[in-house]
Amino acid sequence: MAIAAIAQEDPHRLRRLDASRAVHSGPASKRIVTGYGFWIFLLSDMVMFACFFATYAVLSGQTADGPKGAELFDLRSVAAETGCLLLSSFTCGLASIAADEREPILFQLAMALTCALGLAFLSLELREFIGLVDRGAGPTRSAFLTAFFTLVGCHGLHVSAGVLWLLTMMAQVIAKGFRADILRRVMCFALFWHALDIIWVAVFSVIYLIGAGK
Amino acid sequence: MSDHSLEPHATDVAPGDQGDGRVRTRILGYVVGLGLAVVLTATSFFIAGTDLVWQPSIALAIIVLAIAQMGVHLVFFLHITTGPDNTNNLMALAFGVLIVVLVIGGSLWIMANLNENMMPMDQIIQMQR
Repeated sequence: MAIAAIAQEDPHRLRRLDASRAVHSGPASKRIVTGYGFWIFLLSDMVMFACFFATYAVLSGQTADGPKGAELFDLRSVAAETGCLLLSSFTCGLASIAADEREPILFQLAMALTCALGLAFLSLELREFIGLVDRGAGPTRSAFLTAFFTLVGCHGLHVSAGVLWLLTMMAQVIAKGFRADILRRVMCFALFWHALDIIWVAVFSVIYLIGAGK
Repeated sequence: MSDHSLEPHATDVAPGDQGDGRVRTRILGYVVGLGLAVVLTATSFFIAGTDLVWQPSIALAIIVLAIAQMGVHLVFFLHITTGPDNTNNLMALAFGVLIVVLVIGGSLWIMANLNENMMPMDQIIQMQR
């Protein structure tokens, strides 16, 4: 009720800009604190990926007379992986809406879809890695391939961890319902999953698309 | 009432939370985000494989499209806005971006400089004989 009243009175919540009228009601709610802490973790994760990207960018030409990216990458498979992750980000968003609306069936459905898309992405990536190793282009072949496997593999590990977390959240919602602490975990999971998608955007652009053109 | 709803005096929202609570607008936000992301991704893949554009510009175009798509993801999926309730989230993001730019840009700059000024590898091997 209170929310609707505020929305009508102050639709853009501009009142907060007015310092003289700002009222501070003590510490922020647990959801904000948890979300902010997790946001900082995600940003530090991005910094770690930036280090791997810098390594890759420096080493991308050091192929030691081995295969170059243009000979190795299959862009159709990369496009399929990208589609899986993009759609899973969308279904993950639907799951967080369903969680906020306390709709258990829709939530489980959207999470199951997200999980299926995540697993499809992982199987495509695993197939690509196995194919590369079979062709003698494993991580030990050249500095370029070491950097490639480290960066893409690290993203793949994050997605695997995300899938495990996703299954845990589905089980916890069944077992404990939409309690406030469970909802906070669902929110953190959604942040994590969307952040992985952002990192994948950098991966497919920098490694696959630019690498295939060289 | 759950603790995530906007309290009258709340000055922040958690990252990923939307101020507007209506389901329709929220779903629409994700649909718009997905649409924009698909368009940007498709453009990237198209540019990478085409002969229609000046070839040296392709890498730059792909990077610009990637940055645009990251922005789309941040706004439509992670709900990072420039609103007054999002200042803390945005400042943390800005700091993260600063570090990322320093790490990647600095590494590339220094290593390019080293490669430029270093003796070619075969000459070094010659000298060690």
